[in-house]
Amino acid sequence: MRAPRNFYVPAFQREAGMLSRVADSLYWMGRYLERAEHTARLVNVELNLWLDQSPELGAGRWRFLLEALRAPEVAGPVDPTQLVNTLVFSRRNASSIVSCVAGARENLRHVREQCSSRMWEQLNRLYLGVVDRHPEEEWFLKSHDFFLFVLEGAYLFHGITDATMSHGEGWQFIQLGRYVERADTLTTLLETHFKRMTRTFEGAVEGADYLEWVGLLRGCAALEAYCKRYTAEIRPIRVAECLLLNPDFPHSIRFAVDRINAALNLIGDLTERRAKLPTRIAGRLRAQLSFSQIEEIMAESVPAYLQSIRNECAEIHAAIHGIYFDYSIDAELAS
Amino acid sequence: MTATAVPSRINVPASFVNYQVDVAYDEMFVSPGMPRDHYRTLQQTLLKLAPEELRRSQQAADLAFLYEGITFTVYGSKEGTERIFPNDLLPRIITSAEWARIEKGLTQRLTALNLFLRDIYHEGRILSDKIVPRELIYSCKHFRREMRGINVPRDIYVSICGTDLVRLPDGQFAVLEDNLRVPSGVSYMLANRKVLKRVFPTLFRDYGVWPVDHYPRALLTTLKSLAPDHCGYQNGPTTVLLTPGVSNSAYFEHTFLAQQMGIELVEGRDLLVHNNIVYMRTTAGLRRVDVIYRRVDDDFLDPLCFRPDSILGVPGLFNAYRAGNVTLANAIGTGVADDKAVYAYVPEIIKYYLNEDAILPNVPTYLMANESHRKQVLGNLDQMVVKAVGESGGYGMLIGPHSTAQQRVEFKARIMADPRNYIAQPTLALSCAPCLIDGVVESRHIDLRPYILMGEKTTLVPGGLTRVALRRGSLVVNSSQGGGSKDTWVLREPESGAQLLEEVRTELGSVEPELVRELPRENRTA
Repeated sequence: MRAPRNFYVPAFQREAGMLSRVADSLYWMGRYLERAEHTARLVNVELNLWLDQSPELGAGRWRFLLEALRAPEVAGPVDPTQLVNTLVFSRRNASSIVSCVAGARENLRHVREQCSSRMWEQLNRLYLGVVDRHPEEEWFLKSHDFFLFVLEGAYLFHGITDATMSHGEGWQFIQLGRYVERADTLTTLLETHFKRMTRTFEGAVEGADYLEWVGLLRGCAALEAYCKRYTAEIRPIRVAECLLLNPDFPHSIRFAVDRINAALNLIGDLTERRAKLPTRIAGRLRAQLSFSQIEEIMAESVPAYLQSIRNECAEIHAAIHGIYFDYSIDAELAS
Repeated sequence: MTATAVPSRINVPASFVNYQVDVAYDEMFVSPGMPRDHYRTLQQTLLKLAPEELRRSQQAADLAFLYEGITFTVYGSKEGTERIFPNDLLPRIITSAEWARIEKGLTQRLTALNLFLRDIYHEGRILSDKIVPRELIYSCKHFRREMRGINVPRDIYVSICGTDLVRLPDGQFAVLEDNLRVPSGVSYMLANRKVLKRVFPTLFRDYGVWPVDHYPRALLTTLKSLAPDHCGYQNGPTTVLLTPGVSNSAYFEHTFLAQQMGIELVEGRDLLVHNNIVYMRTTAGLRRVDVIYRRVDDDFLDPLCFRPDSILGVPGLFNAYRAGNVTLANAIGTGVADDKAVYAYVPEIIKYYLNEDAILPNVPTYLMANESHRKQVLGNLDQMVVKAVGESGGYGMLIGPHSTAQQRVEFKARIMADPRNYIAQPTLALSCAPCLIDGVVESRHIDLRPYILMGEKTTLVPGGLTRVALRRGSLVVNSSQGGGSKDTWVLREPESGAQLLEEVRTELGSVEPELVRELPRENRTA
């Protein structure tokens, strides 16, 4: 896919590189929007599952949800209305859906001239649709439309981005942010899930457990993709393989890491500075995922494996920051 | 010249029921019910539309502005309040003859002002010859001593200018203010046009209007033509737009222009100076910057040279500028020439440098530092507009006829405390144009801000920003004070109808005769 680029010599060559601040904003815009999308999907699925369960079981679910989203813990009994408000609307919670959408918009607003006007328009529309809403009591029982609005808004934004923005460096930074965030949130979600579901991972699951695993797949927008590949029989080992190692499915960790790699390589080419550090860490992670067998991972501790992936993601983030956004001026002038 | 409204209701259908014509020049009507020739087609179009339909069009336009985020920030209100800049759907129409005069007049004025700036920052001939008082210049807070003896590319200090024109009751355009520092508003001119073309496509086409869309390209050409000598011809100079950041009231415009020109939009923190060379920090390392279209005021440009508390600027920028390694547009220190007291001398400045009379007159201006002027004004404060000389954006103003006794007492005290800081002008009856107010057409006061670009050559985009005082009877058009704007159409057609037909025929070739007949014809008004 990249071969033609190498033979093509542009008639007009602009100088390499984009403003570090701009790259930083695009990267974070990608991250925020991905987080908003992830939270919307997860909360929607949880609310749905909640209806299927007894009230006692329900209370435990909320704590799980908070942990999976790495939201601050709540002491004492959980009030669903309040909790959903915290995850969805609260501006004090920096990771609430509204905060994330606002964060994405604010980042894009700082670099508006870099994106196409259609992109800005769409993100602005999404923002105006979610901001300043004052939900009534038990709003969450009929919240489906809201979550759909957020999800579709995000899909539409990415579609417009792909269709109207030049797939150059700026676009790559958006992808980078998007997939770093995806790898990170997915890993956290799976980690929480596998810690909680301590029963055997062999064989097909039934009853209440079945709902939990289906919930996980739904939360990753993966149920249909899973059924196509493995049929509707839910086996934890297959779910793990689907969400961890599947290179074709967009919401698998492997897929996200592949995209991170591709973006970093292209950015390295475009900026004429082979970014050794982030590319090396991302490459190593990719190799690890592509040469692993799910049985080996399951034989060891799954949460431990996931935690190591999460650490690598954090390292990639730090390396991108240090190489592209906030490098030392003195070192740069000396070279 | 005071605008005492003499309302006379026009006997016309629904849309015009509230329309009033008073002593001010009316852009649309010669007399009540009798439109000027070049407005007739517009009026007929409006009469055919129901108020409901007009209201809907206006809503659609407002929504387009909101979604596209064409907003400005209001200072002093809740932090970061974004508002859409109210757009009025009805175009303001200027004939080609009127425009030709404006174009000539503004080119003359800016040419003279650039000569003036070069002079006062070098030999100061005009001061020695006592045409402009020396103390007036040296006491101006926008005079930059640091600029003395510095040569700027092509001797052009002001390369981007937005001059405010008003039309007086006799139909003449006069200059109200020169904006020679960082004039804004040009993006609204372009946005208004875009929206209007969407709402009135046929009307627009039939009228034959000069396009304005090439402004960003002309701006880029102008900036590049001012590049420092070291820039090679190969890839051209690296040009950037320096913005104070997202909380600036004109931030939308900065992003818009940078995007349209295809140049980087930078903030102070993106730039650094090393060995008197300006760099920007990119993902591929540091890149040298040659031309900066700066939308940051002089005071904030360089904390080492001007205000030390500025975090918007770039430390060392002024030294790089003095060394000739980077161009700033506009140059530093241009504010001295748009000081409202210096403004009073512009006709003499034009005469001095160009030996020509000013084509566009000033409005009468009284200097409060002058004792006889001051006496005359203080006795008639309720009929005057008093302005602080260094302010813009409608801040620091007293509008006599709309002021309270209390306000007048306060202003009097302020003037007495610092006379040099104030000027007064008679309250002008700004011309009126039809505006769409809640589905019906009403008359509102307007002004006009055309944009002039001066580099290797001078470019005026035909049109400009027509600002509207949206409150009934109000004379203040500034966006920060409840003003709006409307699209400005400069008509293509030549003076006579016969010539027009000729041109249209040659242009369109085998055009149908009826089509040609329907094209509007213009009568000169001047």
